[in-house]
Amino acid sequence: MVTFSQQSSGKFLSTYRSDKWWFEPLWTGLGFLSFVAYTTWAMFQGDYYWWSGGQEGFGGYLSPFYSPLLFIKEAVVGSAPMDHSWFGSWPGWWPVLIPASPAILILAGPLSFRMTCYYYRKFYYRAYFMSPPACAVSGISQKNYKGETALLVFQNLHRYTLYIALGFVVILSYDGFLSLFRGGEFGIGIGSIILIINPILLAGYTFGCHAFRHLTGGNQDCFTCPNGKPTFRHMVWRGVSWLNSRHILWAWISMLWVAFADFYVRMVSSGRWIDINTWGF
Amino acid sequence: MALRNFKLFRGNQNEGTMEHYSVEVDKGMVVLDAIHHIQAEQAGDMALRWNCKAGKCGSCSVEINGKPKLSCMTRMNEYGPEETISVRPLQSFPVMKDLVSDVSWNYEQNKNITPFKPDPLKKGNYIMMQEDIDRVQEFRKCLECYLCQNVCHVLRDQRQKDKFIGPRFMIRLASLEMHPLDTADRIPDVKDTHGSGMCNITRCCTDVCPEHIQITDNGIIPLKERVVDRYYDPLLRLFYKLFRRKSPN
Amino acid sequence: MNITEIKTVEHDVIVLGAGGAGLRAAIECSMQGLSTGLVCKSLLGKAHTVMAEGGVAASLGNADARDHWKVHFRDTMRGGKFLNNWRMAELHAKQAPERVRELEEWGAVFDRTKTGLINQRNFGGHRYPRLAHVGDRTGLEIIRTLQDRGIHQGIEVYMECTGLDLLKDKDRISGMVAMWRETGEFIIFRCKAVILATGGGGKAWKITSNSWEYTGDGYGMAYEAGAELMDMEFTQFHPTGMVWPPSVRGTLVTEGVRGEGGILVNADEERFMFNNISNRFAAETADTEEEAARWLAGDKDARRPPELLTRDVVARAIRKEVQAGRGSPHGGAFLDIATRRNAEDIKRKLPSMYHQFKVLAELDITKDPMEVGPTLHYFMGGIRVDADSQMTRVPGLFACGECAAGVHGANRLGGNSLSDLLVCGKLAGSGAVNYIQAVSTVPELNDEQAKNIIRSATNILNRDTGGNPYLIHEKLQELMQNNVGIVRSDELLGEGIQGLVDLWEEYANVKADGTSQFNPGWHEALSLRNLLVTSEAVARAARMREESRGAHTRLDFEGEQAAWLQYNIVLKKTEDGSMSTEKVLRDEPDAELMRIANLSIEALEAEVLREKDSTG
Repeated sequence: MVTFSQQSSGKFLSTYRSDKWWFEPLWTGLGFLSFVAYTTWAMFQGDYYWWSGGQEGFGGYLSPFYSPLLFIKEAVVGSAPMDHSWFGSWPGWWPVLIPASPAILILAGPLSFRMTCYYYRKFYYRAYFMSPPACAVSGISQKNYKGETALLVFQNLHRYTLYIALGFVVILSYDGFLSLFRGGEFGIGIGSIILIINPILLAGYTFGCHAFRHLTGGNQDCFTCPNGKPTFRHMVWRGVSWLNSRHILWAWISMLWVAFADFYVRMVSSGRWIDINTWGF
Repeated sequence: MALRNFKLFRGNQNEGTMEHYSVEVDKGMVVLDAIHHIQAEQAGDMALRWNCKAGKCGSCSVEINGKPKLSCMTRMNEYGPEETISVRPLQSFPVMKDLVSDVSWNYEQNKNITPFKPDPLKKGNYIMMQEDIDRVQEFRKCLECYLCQNVCHVLRDQRQKDKFIGPRFMIRLASLEMHPLDTADRIPDVKDTHGSGMCNITRCCTDVCPEHIQITDNGIIPLKERVVDRYYDPLLRLFYKLFRRKSPN
Repeated sequence: MNITEIKTVEHDVIVLGAGGAGLRAAIECSMQGLSTGLVCKSLLGKAHTVMAEGGVAASLGNADARDHWKVHFRDTMRGGKFLNNWRMAELHAKQAPERVRELEEWGAVFDRTKTGLINQRNFGGHRYPRLAHVGDRTGLEIIRTLQDRGIHQGIEVYMECTGLDLLKDKDRISGMVAMWRETGEFIIFRCKAVILATGGGGKAWKITSNSWEYTGDGYGMAYEAGAELMDMEFTQFHPTGMVWPPSVRGTLVTEGVRGEGGILVNADEERFMFNNISNRFAAETADTEEEAARWLAGDKDARRPPELLTRDVVARAIRKEVQAGRGSPHGGAFLDIATRRNAEDIKRKLPSMYHQFKVLAELDITKDPMEVGPTLHYFMGGIRVDADSQMTRVPGLFACGECAAGVHGANRLGGNSLSDLLVCGKLAGSGAVNYIQAVSTVPELNDEQAKNIIRSATNILNRDTGGNPYLIHEKLQELMQNNVGIVRSDELLGEGIQGLVDLWEEYANVKADGTSQFNPGWHEALSLRNLLVTSEAVARAARMREESRGAHTRLDFEGEQAAWLQYNIVLKKTEDGSMSTEKVLRDEPDAELMRIANLSIEALEAEVLREKDSTG
C-alpha cells in the first residue's frame, strides 16, 4: 500500500490535473512580457513619436506612450513642435544616463493603474508569482503566506491609480481629436482612426474598473432608496457592471491597441509606412 | 453501452491507493452514475457523498482528473472514450474515507459570521425592490458544495485556514453586507477575522463554481473595496469628516 | 457488549431530520430555551427540501389581493379530496403567511413584486398566484435561511449521523440510538422528547424524485416504537419527472414550468389536458386554448389552463397518453415552455431547470420541449399525529413535515409542502416544549433496549454470508414500481404484499461487506427495514381502500366512494409483530370549516371581499 499524500502537501507544481493547465499562465505571461518589452524599448527611444506630415499649426498624430508631453526635447527626429509641451523645453538638470524621452515621465501613470488592476493581479500572480500557477496546481508553499495583507497591501490604492487613468482617458481623447487636423485643416487618416479608437478602448477598460464600479454604486446597499425608484446611480452602476463583466477583454485589447498605436505613429513618423489620409501627405 | 476505465481513490487520510475499476456506461450517464454502478457491483463499502443528483444540493463534490467538480453534473461524454477517469476526494480537507472528505471546518466558519440583523423599524411586510436584491440573490444561489473552498490556494496550498474564511463565506458576508434591510456592520470582521486581504483574487473559486456565481467580481472585490473605504482611503475619510456625511457602509 | 462504552449525550429534545420541518422545529425548541439536538443523515443543508423548486404557498395576497386563508384552505381541501385533517388544513392555511414573513425577517430573499413585496406565482390547484418563490430554488433559500438561523441559536447539530431506533421508558420516549456514518460508532441520545422530521420513503420506488435519504426512517422508527401510520396509500406521483436519459429518470421538473405557462402535448401535438378536466374543477378551468392564453397574459376573468389541475389528475392523464401509444419517444409527454415564453424569461424564471436539462439531457428548454413523465414524489400519509401539538400516540414522540399525515389528505397541492414544513415544524416544536414543561421526571434509559438496537445493526456486518443490500433494495424498487405504482388493483397489490414477505426474509439475512467506517453498503442495509415497513404499510393500506381518490387509483374500484370518505386507514405494529390495518372513523369536522370548504368560489370570494372591506 502506498502512503497517501494530499496534493496540497505536495511539491511545487504538483497536480492531478491531466489537461493543459499551463497553457493559460504561459500565454498571458508571455503576452504581457512582450508588451512590457516593446513598451520599454519604445519608451527609451525618445524619437518618432509625432507625425504631422511636416505641417506646422494645429493637428498631428501623437503616440499615446508619449502623451501628455510634459517637456519636449528639441531637434529630435520625429518630435512634436514645442507648443504641444505642457511645461516647455527639456529640463537641463535631466541626468545624462537616462534618455531624454517624454514617455519616461508619464508611463508610470497608466502602468500603475494596470499593475494594481484586479484582473492584472489575477494573471500576474498566476503567471509570474505562481501563487497559484493554475487552479488545483500547487504553487510555492510559503510558511506564512500573507496574501495582500503585508507587502502587497498597496494594492488597496487601486482607486487612486484609477483617478490617474481617468485623466489619461481625457488626454488621449484630446489626442484623438488632434489627429483629425493637419496644419489647422480638418481631415482623416488611418492614423486618426487608430488614435480615436485608442481612447475608446481605454475608456472601456477604465470605466469597467472594479474600483470605479464600487464608487459609482457598489458602495450602496440600496439602489432605490428613498422613494422606491431606481436612481440614476443605479443606471450608471449597471452600465459599469456591464463593462466590468468584460473587463478582461477590454484590458487586453486596450493594451495591445495602445502599443499598436505607438508602433503605427513610429512607423509613419520614421517614413517606413505611408499613412493614407485625406490631406494627401 | 461501452466499457470505461476508472481509477478511484480508496483509503483514508493516512494511506490509500488509486484502485482500478471497469464499468459499463450507458448513454447520457454522468460520472456519479458510473461510480454508483461500481459501488453496487464491485465495491459495496466505497464511501461517497451524494443527495439530489441534479446539481441542487452540492453534496457530490470530488476531483475528477484533478479538477474540482460536482460528479452528478459531469457527463461521461466530457471525456474521451479511451480516457481513464480518476476520481479523488476534495484535497483541501482531511480525507475521511475513499471519496469523502471531512468538510466540518466550513460549518465552523459560518458560526463566526455576524448573523442577519434587519431594521426593526421596517418589520411587517418588508419592502425591498428587485433591483436591490439582485446582487444578494446571486450569492444565495450557493449550494455549499465547497468546491471553491477546496480550490482556493490560500486554504489548499498555503494552509491559512485560521486566517481566511474562504470564498464561500466571503460571498455569504457579501450577501449580508449588501442586503438592503441589514443593519449590522461586518466590515471590521471582513478585514480582520475573516481575512479579506488574504485573497489575491486569482479567481479559481469563480472558475469552479457550479452555480456560476461571480464570486470574485461580484462578491470578494466589492467587499475588498468596502474595506478600502474604511481603512485604506485617507481622502475618503477626510471627505466624510469634513462634510459630516455618514459613510455609506 | 458494554453499554457504558457507548457515548451518551443528553438533550431536552432530539429532532431527527434537518430539512425544512426539522430545522423549523429545532429553532422553535431552542428559541423557547430547550437544549436541542438536531440529528441528520447528510451534511447540514443538503436535505431534500433543496429540491423543492416552485415555491411556498401562503395567502399573503401580494400578487392577487383577493387571496385569503379561507381560499387557501378551500383549495387545499379540494386538492386533498376532503380527506385532509380539517384542523390541520385550517392551521396550515392560517399560519402559512406568518411563517413566510418570519423567514424574511431571518434573512430569506424572495423575488419581489413591482411594489417591493414578496412575489407570488401560480401553481396547480391554487386559485390565485400564491407561491412565494425565489426563481426555481425556493427550497434552497428556505433551508439556508433556517440553517443560518439555527446555528446562531445554539442548536447542537449532529451531521452524518443516522437515527436507528427510539428508546422508551415504559410508554413514553426516553431517547434514541444513532450511528455516526463516518466512524460507524454508536451514540445514545437521552432526551424527554423526539421530533421526527424524516421526510417520506420514495426510495422504495424505482422512478422517484427522492434522494437516497428518503428511506422512510421516521415511519419505521415510529412504527417500531408503537406509533400509528395513517393514509399511507396516498403516495403522490409528480406528473413531471425527467424520463431521459435513463440515469436521471425521475428527477423532478418543477411545476413552476406549467405555472409560468408551460403546456403538455402528446406525440400528435394535441394539448391533451383539455380532455381531462373533471367535473369538480370544470367551473374553474379554461376550456379553450384561447382562454388559457388570456389567463397567462394576466386576464383575471379568464380561468386557469388545465395543465394546472392537481398533480394526481395530470399524472394520470400523462400515463393515459403513454398507454394509448401517444407518448413521447422515451415514454412520457412533451412539456413545452419554449413556444410560450421568450428565452430571456425562461432563463430568468426557471434558471435551474434550464441548467438541469442543458447538462443532464443536453437539451435547451428555450428551444425544444422537455420529455416528462410521472415520478414518485411525496407521501401525503405518514405518522398519525394530533393536529395542534403534532404529537403521536406515543408520549414524547412528535412528527412533522412529510413524515406526518394529515394536512394534505389524498393529494397535496404543489407549494403546500414547504408551507407545511414551516407551519407544522413550528407546531411540533411548541408541542414538544409544552410536553416537556409538563413532564416532571427525566425518563430512564433502558440499556437492554439500546443493546438490542445496536446488536441488530452490527449483525449485518458480522454475518459470514448473506444477501447484497443493494440487490435487495433494487428488487424492492422493482416490486413497488410494478405492483404499488400509479394505478393499482387488488391482484397487483396482493402480489406485491406477497413479494414483500419474501423480501422481509431476504432482509433477515442481509450482509454488508467491509468495516463499519463510512460504509454505504451497511448504511443501505440499515435502511432496508424502514423501507420495508414503509412499503408494506403503503401496499396494505392501498389494498384496503377500495376506491380511487386523489393520488390513490384503483383499476378495480373507479371513482370516489362517499362511504370511504368517512375513514382513514391506520396501521400499527401488533403484539405478535405483524402489521395491523384498520379502518378508523374520522372525526366530525368543524361546521364552519365544512361550510367554507363547500362554498362555491364565487360565494367565497364575495365573503372574503366583504370581510376585507369591513376590516379596511
